[in-house]
Parts: sequence; C-alpha cells; structure tokens
Amino acid sequence: MITRRDFLKISAFASLIGLGGSLSIEALEKKQGPQVLKDLKALKGKRWAMAIDTRKFKTQEDFDKVIKACHKAHNVPEIMNPLHEVKWIWTEDYEHSFPGTAEHYISKEVKERKFLLLCNHCDNAPCIRVCPVKATFKREDGITMQDMHRCIGCKFCMAGCPYGARNYNFLPPRDYIKELNPEYPTRMLGVVEKCTFCNERIDRGLLPYCVEASEGKIIFGDLYEPNSEIRKVLAENIIIRRKVELGTQPMVFYII
Amino acid sequence: MYDGWKIILGLIVFVIIVTLPFTMSIGRDYVKPQPSIDTPEIQKMEKKQCIESKQYMREAHIKLLYSWKDYASREGKRVYIASDGKEYTISLQNNCLKCHSNKEKFCDECHNYVNVKPYCWDCHIEPKVGGLK
Repeated sequence: MITRRDFLKISAFASLIGLGGSLSIEALEKKQGPQVLKDLKALKGKRWAMAIDTRKFKTQEDFDKVIKACHKAHNVPEIMNPLHEVKWIWTEDYEHSFPGTAEHYISKEVKERKFLLLCNHCDNAPCIRVCPVKATFKREDGITMQDMHRCIGCKFCMAGCPYGARNYNFLPPRDYIKELNPEYPTRMLGVVEKCTFCNERIDRGLLPYCVEASEGKIIFGDLYEPNSEIRKVLAENIIIRRKVELGTQPMVFYII
Repeated sequence: MYDGWKIILGLIVFVIIVTLPFTMSIGRDYVKPQPSIDTPEIQKMEKKQCIESKQYMREAHIKLLYSWKDYASREGKRVYIASDGKEYTISLQNNCLKCHSNKEKFCDECHNYVNVKPYCWDCHIEPKVGGLK
C-alpha cells in the first residue's frame, strides 16, 4: 500500500520531469520552414507619441516642407476641392485646432499661430471601435493602423474621429498624384485613409518623414519610456492636446 | 411514350448546352500560358530561384502575399526567412516586383488565362515597362 506522503512525492517528481521535458524538447527543437520576423533595426517602443514644437514653426515654408515630405512619399493625392480633398498632415488655426479648450485670453502671438494637425493615434481611438470590419486596428506599439485591403469604405471611422484626420477617396486618387513614389502603394477609389505614423519606416529603424523633414521641430519617441527624449520635452514645456475632454487620449502633443 | 418528341427534343437541347464548353473550343488553338521570367534582374541571377520553390510559388503565391500583408501591417514583421534560410523584405513593390518587373508577361499571362482579376494593382504600383529605375 502506498502512503499519502509517497504518493505526493512521486507525483511531484513526475510533474517536474514533465515540465522539464517539454521545455528541453522545445529548446532542442529546430525551427523549420519559413519564418517571419521583425527587422533587427526596427525602433522599439510601447506607445509612440509625437510632440510638435509650435514655437519653432514660423513661416509657411516650415509647414510646407513637412507636409510635402509626407504627402509625396505616401502618394497622397492633391485635390483642391475641400469636399474631396485627402490629407494626412495639414495646418489649422488656434481656434479650430483646440475648440472648447482654446483659451480666449491667451497671448495674441499664440492665437495667431498655425498648428500642424495629423492623426492623433489615440490610445482610446474611436475609429477602431466603430470599424465594422476591423480594418482599423491598434498595433502593439500604439499606432492606429489601417488595413487597406479590408476597408469597405463605410466612413464610420470618419464619423467617429473627432479630429477630422480621416479622408475618403471620393475621386480616383491616382489621377491626382503628380509624381508616384514607386516604393509605396497608392489607395484606391472608395477607401478611407489617414496618417500611419510611418510605421513602415519605424519597422525599418527610421523616424517618420515629418519628424525628419521638420529638422528638430517635431520630437518623436516612446511615451512609456521614462528616459526618452519626448518625456523630457513634455515635462519641461507647456503642452496642450486636442480635445482631451473627449477621452480619446491623443498621442500628439503641442508645445505652446 | 406520350409526348416523346418533346422529351427527346429536351434531351437534345440539354446535351447541347452541357457540352457547349467543349464544342465551343473545337477548332481553337490551345495557348498554354507561359509566364516570362526574362527580366534584367532575373537574368543577373546565377541560380534563377524565387524565394520559395517554383511549385509552391505557382500554387500558393496569393496565400503567401496575403499572409505577408497581415504580418507587415498588423504585426510589423517585415523580414521573411525562406525555407532555404535566405532573408527577404516583406513587400510586394519593393521585393517581388524588383525581379518580376514584367507584369504584363508574368502576372497577367496566367491571370488572363484563368480569367482571374486580382485587385493588387488598384493600389500597388506596377513597374513601368522597361523596369523601374
């Protein structure tokens, strides 16, 4: 007859062997067949965020340089009619950038500034919640990304986005692109598009086009990394965000 | 047999309709699709080998491309390590089409033959004839 004590001993050893066995088998097993990996150079971040130093954007040229760098690289069509226009990054005045929170008695200089607007890559993004086909989704690093193959063009996300960051392709976009960038796809008629935080560049270890073109006026980094440059900049300056009262947690900060 | 002629006529019409796909192709030449791999990039290669075996690429290229789309856009994984251990960038425009720069003679050759119309080129930019710079 086996005692209770012996039974427990045996079962404990048996489970240990079992655990060790499966671990060692997994370690010894050689991975076969094709594999898909992340680029070793890829930038690593848990929550990408952007700080735009609005004090440093002075002339129209400063804005144009950034906007053109983005739109040219991503094959964004140039449509003049505001009903049909498509934009990933654009400018707006103080009152319309920060409605509700716009301080009326702030200095005249700030009131007259222009602000660079783009998709806020909200932590709690309404466009993701409303998308019926999960075409818009959150990447692990916080980027709100859109799968153009899945988009059915229902425009729910446009209604959901409080920042006007999304545009629908009412017109065939290729007809309105002056010079195609062969490295990046265009979009097709009938899908919604927006800024992607240049995730294709982040995955290759490069900073977004707008950050690169701004020459230090835009700071990009990992918000969850306490020692990152962006955290330092955010701690040292007065910052505002667009429509925080809606609870979307925008990830684009404006230094005033 | 009551109304025998109606039944027989019906049967004849049925047989004609059913055999239409065969009878219609009588006298037509069978043109086997021959996708060309004669591009400058491929000519430069010592061993003319796609990322996976010819048979696999022939059968499953659309599955591969679809999985690539999900890996790249959803998981940020943009490096493909093929069965033979070689590394490739996961990108239709920046990888596949660099070698296969002859869309008309490569992609379209079979797609037209089997009458499939993939919508790749609605968004992805096909290489210009004569190759991309």
